[in-house]
Amino acid sequence: MSKSALVIGGGIAGIQASLDLADRGIHVYLVEKDATIGGVMCRLDKTFPTNDCSACILSPKMADCNGHPNITTLSYHEVQKVDGQAGDFKVTVLKKARYVNPKECTGCGDCLAKCPVKNIPDKYEYGLTTRKAIYIPHAQAVPRVAVIDKDYCNMIKKGKCGICAKNCGKGAIHYDEQDEEIVLEVGSIIAAPGFKVWDAKIATEYGYGRYQNVVTAIEYERMMCASGPDRGHIKIPSSGEDPKKVAYIQCCGSRSEKKGWKKYCSSVCCMYATKQAMITKEHGDLQEDIFFMDIRSYGKEFEAYIHRGEEEYGIKMHRGARVSNIEEDPVTKKLIINYTDDENNGVSEEFDIAVLSIGLAPPEGAEEFAQTLGIELNEYGFCKTTVFHPLETTRPGIFVTGAFAAPKDIPTSVAEACGSSAKAGAWIVDENFEPCAPKVYPEEKDVEGKEPRVGVWVCHCGINIGATVDVPAVAEYAKTLPNVVVAEQSQYACAQDCLDAISNAITEHDLNRVVVASCTPRTHEPLFREACRNGGLNKYLCNMANIRDQCSWIHMHEPEAATKKAKDLLRMAIAKACLLEPLVGSEIPVTNAAAVIGGGITGMTAALDIAAQGYPVHLVERENELGGFARNFRHKEDGVAVQDFLAETIAKVEKCPLITVHKGAEVKDIPGYVGNFNLQLTDGTDAPVGAVLFAVGAGAYEPTEYNNGSDAKVMTQTVAEKKIADGSFNAENVVFIQCVGSRSSTVNYCSRVCCAASLRMAIQIKMNNPMANVSIVHKDIRTYGFREELYTRACQLGVKFLRYPVDNDLPAYDGNVVKAYDTVLGAEVEIPVDALVLAAGITPMREEKENLAKMVKVPISKDGYYFEAHQKLRPVDFATEGVYVAGTAHWPKFMDECIAQASGAASRMLTVISKDKLISEGIVASANHARCDGCGVCVGCCDYNAITLVEMPNGTLKSNVNAGLCKGCGCCVASCPAGAMEQRGFKNKQIIAEIDACLDFPVGGE
Amino acid sequence: MADFEPRIVAFCCNWCSYAGADGAGVARLQMPTNFRIIRTMCSARVDPEFVLRAFAKGADGVVVLGCHPADCHYIGGNYRARRRVALLRMVLEQYGFDPKRLKLEWVSASEGEKFQKTIVEFVDTIKALGPTPLQKEAN
Repeated sequence: MSKSALVIGGGIAGIQASLDLADRGIHVYLVEKDATIGGVMCRLDKTFPTNDCSACILSPKMADCNGHPNITTLSYHEVQKVDGQAGDFKVTVLKKARYVNPKECTGCGDCLAKCPVKNIPDKYEYGLTTRKAIYIPHAQAVPRVAVIDKDYCNMIKKGKCGICAKNCGKGAIHYDEQDEEIVLEVGSIIAAPGFKVWDAKIATEYGYGRYQNVVTAIEYERMMCASGPDRGHIKIPSSGEDPKKVAYIQCCGSRSEKKGWKKYCSSVCCMYATKQAMITKEHGDLQEDIFFMDIRSYGKEFEAYIHRGEEEYGIKMHRGARVSNIEEDPVTKKLIINYTDDENNGVSEEFDIAVLSIGLAPPEGAEEFAQTLGIELNEYGFCKTTVFHPLETTRPGIFVTGAFAAPKDIPTSVAEACGSSAKAGAWIVDENFEPCAPKVYPEEKDVEGKEPRVGVWVCHCGINIGATVDVPAVAEYAKTLPNVVVAEQSQYACAQDCLDAISNAITEHDLNRVVVASCTPRTHEPLFREACRNGGLNKYLCNMANIRDQCSWIHMHEPEAATKKAKDLLRMAIAKACLLEPLVGSEIPVTNAAAVIGGGITGMTAALDIAAQGYPVHLVERENELGGFARNFRHKEDGVAVQDFLAETIAKVEKCPLITVHKGAEVKDIPGYVGNFNLQLTDGTDAPVGAVLFAVGAGAYEPTEYNNGSDAKVMTQTVAEKKIADGSFNAENVVFIQCVGSRSSTVNYCSRVCCAASLRMAIQIKMNNPMANVSIVHKDIRTYGFREELYTRACQLGVKFLRYPVDNDLPAYDGNVVKAYDTVLGAEVEIPVDALVLAAGITPMREEKENLAKMVKVPISKDGYYFEAHQKLRPVDFATEGVYVAGTAHWPKFMDECIAQASGAASRMLTVISKDKLISEGIVASANHARCDGCGVCVGCCDYNAITLVEMPNGTLKSNVNAGLCKGCGCCVASCPAGAMEQRGFKNKQIIAEIDACLDFPVGGE
Repeated sequence: MADFEPRIVAFCCNWCSYAGADGAGVARLQMPTNFRIIRTMCSARVDPEFVLRAFAKGADGVVVLGCHPADCHYIGGNYRARRRVALLRMVLEQYGFDPKRLKLEWVSASEGEKFQKTIVEFVDTIKALGPTPLQKEAN
């Protein structure tokens, strides 16, 4: 068997890395030190800039991870030692005693209810609430299994108690369990231990810990969250009243030389504070103020988000206002915040709550962790990486992803997680690699033409259903319904014993339909479907009645009506089940090759990563040379010249036998669908490929402002960089003007990279000539993450910074001086100019993007960049399967970010092209040609272009659904005037059977 | 008519509103028992026939719940649902039904409270309207 991979850390980064490896056919051990996976993300309320519910978008990934046949999730485990070398690591892992057997525990919570040891601060809620000595980390915990805190448990400490074991109906609690060491043999390792939030107590000036109404942002996140301690009702901690005024204090713990503070920018706080302010506004009408130095909204659609916060939500933004301290009125407990307003007046204002936007720090125990792994940390205590190798640690075979490498947001972590799995996979996949064998199921029984024989299981779910709904009565009622052969009750239908009972009953009672009345199919249908498959029944012959989430839980005080409703829901589910048909997803063949459009750093990195796992790549570059925009760079990163790295990469690509480079060629068309595209190029190439990557980059804005092109003093950053490099830049008075072609009335976004580029050059100029007068005229300086050191260094070298008002036009320039209004001085200043460097932004090249987009039907964002499937969790995927995006085609970004994202896209592509076939979802649409009259209404209403009209031999037109493209929404079915369209699994007659079963009977069925 | 308990069919899309209904359950938000949910993958799967069938079989009200505009899991299914419901309401009115008996609402996966509010309000609306005109005829 081929080697496994090890992923350390079960947050979003670790989960994504595991899923990508597993989907590539590689077995993964996912080790998480806490009792549940999910990390910090599962504790957040909403996520910027989409305001998606964090738990809603993460939970399915957690469940995927837990149920994936190729992933062994080892929660409550910790890595102790890493021996061996890349390709052949031996990792010692400590299995911490949980005292509860996960195989037996059903997560019912009966044990928690009776535990006498109370008032232990709940870590999951950041201490806002308390828990017992035995606890389930939280409602969405995966695995949802109890764990005993041995430091508090009376039975473990003193041998006295044992109440939880007595209350556990399953006998799952074992006080004598011991820690255990296990050894895993793995080929490569991904470190994703995440981050910890900065300790706000260090900032004594803000009174956290002393003033009740000063809270940290992460605590506030829980306060806002519907699953939090106050059910999402935001209250003033001291009084419990609704707040009227909330202040957000930015850079708490970041961007400061103060003792215990961090010098770097934590990258995410500006955005999360704005999000919190927006969501808070949705809770009630109140005044909100954000105090910050610079607002750093550099990411995709972040700038527009900040604008919305300011304009639509009326959030007051205080720019350049670092709050020096917070005082508390000892009587009212109100907080007094002193700051300087736009007119430079000192203002003292009272607030009900102050939220400290605390920064991100290296994870707890980062140093020991690094020692265990044998990797180095950087000066800030995060994992050491380089710009050209952003996913690699200092030890070969060990990769890094997520916030452990630097503070970063969720989409960047996800893209990198994918990237690290491409890198880690390359150490495991060789010519002898055997993907994990798919699970073997018993042969499915033939149900064609057979009378339905339904088996019913009604779940008590501990007391969750049973306390409200009369479960025995519902099960008895089921027995009276037609076609029901057997109806059982179960304490926990999802527990292994019941799942086995379902599998066995399929043979025992010759069942051909299974109906489970329990919780929601959204989480548990896969489980019961699996039980059916294990029993030799097609998984689509299983149906569920949701009598918990949508019945017992929402009608807790009406047991009689709830029981009637449960009977109705069950009757409806059985009626539909009787009409269900076995479905098979169609097999879609896959071409094991990829196409990468764009031969810049992004495209080349992706091509190399795909080739590293043995698959051929067509790399298309419309210029006659590879290298893309990076050919313009003259600087060094980590001591290596960009040009040297570029030359080395180009050489690798051109030497790689698996990569076919098409230079000077453009894409004509890309017909096809996932697994089966045809790459048609202007050079006559027509190559079949399984997946396509758009790495077409972006353009540089050509300024017309400031007489650029006709005034010899005026130049863009790109020109300036070349002049500095070749020694021809010798101006004394240098002015940089930021945001030329960005953040304007026409371009409503930040180009992300220009601040750092200007700073880099300003430092260079000052180093070459300390007497030079260098000024940077800006709106905000956006050197996020460790790039903040450029800002600090430039300040130390005497570079002057002038901030001009955000909504003002560009500063005036008359050929000799720049006139700019300085908001700090509150006055217009004149700066003499020998050289005027324009930080020209990045343009999307919308037209080029649109041409490609049309070929594969992918969307373009309002700013002209490609629009990915999900901004947060699918940053490099398109909604169209088999098509991906990376680099500046997605959004302006730095080189290291492009490289990481390119590897991420390569990994996503590998999950497709490494397979011989894909199985489409069974619930697709199909057309009944006997009824179809070829009107084509369905064609127009399909958003996925899955339907075409085909000409029959007799000349008539008939609708034809491509199962590979159909996503199973059923829109076409509802649109068909002839009744020719059907959606398998949601056929008209099946849904009508549900409607009839609901209404043909009196409520409760009797 | 004080003891009139309406029978309501609720069509929920799998990705947003059905999840929102689950969310209401997870948060233990209490609401009247008068409704039965039928799950479809997308609100656009709700065939006008389903709505008419429910009314023909004696439903006092039908509510179609989908993802918020621009949030549809299937790109634009909810917009089609919106158009269909608008037309259906006109059809229902022609048949002598108060168009208020058919409601369309957007409920996201995270909006348990909105689901609760929608159900509470809709049950009140239907209670105020009284039983389906079909039942009056039968009587």
